[in-house]
Amino acid sequence: MSAHATEHGHDDHGHGHDDHSGSVPHSTLKGYVTGFILAVILTAIPFYLVMTHRIADSATAGIVLLGLAAVQIVVHMIYFLHMNSKLEQGWTMLALVFTLMLLVIMLSGSIWVMYHMNHNMMPGMMTEMIKQAP
Amino acid sequence: MPDLTMPHAASGADQSSRFYVKHHHPENGTLLGFWMYLMSDCLVFACLFAAYAVLGRSYAGGPTGAELFDLPLVAINTSLLLLSSITYGFAMLEMQRNKVKAVMVWLAITGLLGAGFIYLELYEFVHLIHEGAGPQRSGFLTSFFSLVATHGLHVTFGIVWLVTLIVQLSKHGLTTENQRRLMCLSMFWHFLDVVWIGVFTFVYLMGVLP
Repeated sequence: MSAHATEHGHDDHGHGHDDHSGSVPHSTLKGYVTGFILAVILTAIPFYLVMTHRIADSATAGIVLLGLAAVQIVVHMIYFLHMNSKLEQGWTMLALVFTLMLLVIMLSGSIWVMYHMNHNMMPGMMTEMIKQAP
Repeated sequence: MPDLTMPHAASGADQSSRFYVKHHHPENGTLLGFWMYLMSDCLVFACLFAAYAVLGRSYAGGPTGAELFDLPLVAINTSLLLLSSITYGFAMLEMQRNKVKAVMVWLAITGLLGAGFIYLELYEFVHLIHEGAGPQRSGFLTSFFSLVATHGLHVTFGIVWLVTLIVQLSKHGLTTENQRRLMCLSMFWHFLDVVWIGVFTFVYLMGVLP
């Protein structure tokens, strides 16, 4: 982090301000390799689970897969996108949290509403269509 | 903000704090702004994911995900994109060491891996359409094609941007502007990999579950 020595006025913002490029933290080989290894493991597990049919119950398998994906997204955010709460005095994190909030409302709302629509709007038609299908 | 109070405390510090404020903002503005763009892009993908979540099991008597998806192909695609993420990381490391040639080589490798990803995805699409499982076949396939193709289109534009940057690097070297562009593309490229995690988990792996 030799770039720090040449800069003044950055002291209170701590790490990650190299002289040309502002706010992205100084990346390290160790960080990228750690992230990559974790990502490979977290990718290999779900593919292994599904391709060898390890989990018989679909609902359980779905939850396990989504959980692994969530962990892998966090790994990518930390090691590849270098997210942390100090970046841009926290504005980056704020934007991310806000987006995640919208995302959760949108996804859970759509799924919830449409699931109940499917169930309540045409109970008779659904079973008939399944019977008619070849 | 401690820097704002510093000029009052010691007049000697005045100039350096002023310099800091001037120097700090424009550089940060681009990256924060680009992050805002990525977040809005994230919402676009969230809509497409929501559409897939709703329509993903509406087969209309047509083929299901379990019949159509070729998981080994998806695994190869995933590893190509993951590898391209770390090769881009290596390009960023070389940028910090100020080695233009090495940056360009790693960028080229990243671009080739991305092109391989696009090739395999197009191969899959052509294969599906030839089997009669085009986007007009069922709600499931419509939402599948719109989600996966939107991601593919992003990767394609990422490659265009990458090639442009290689040309700019060869002409102007690692100038401040080019470093900033490399940072933005780095965020974009890693972001696409994050979206792909959602795609391979939610669309492909969960799609083949009974």
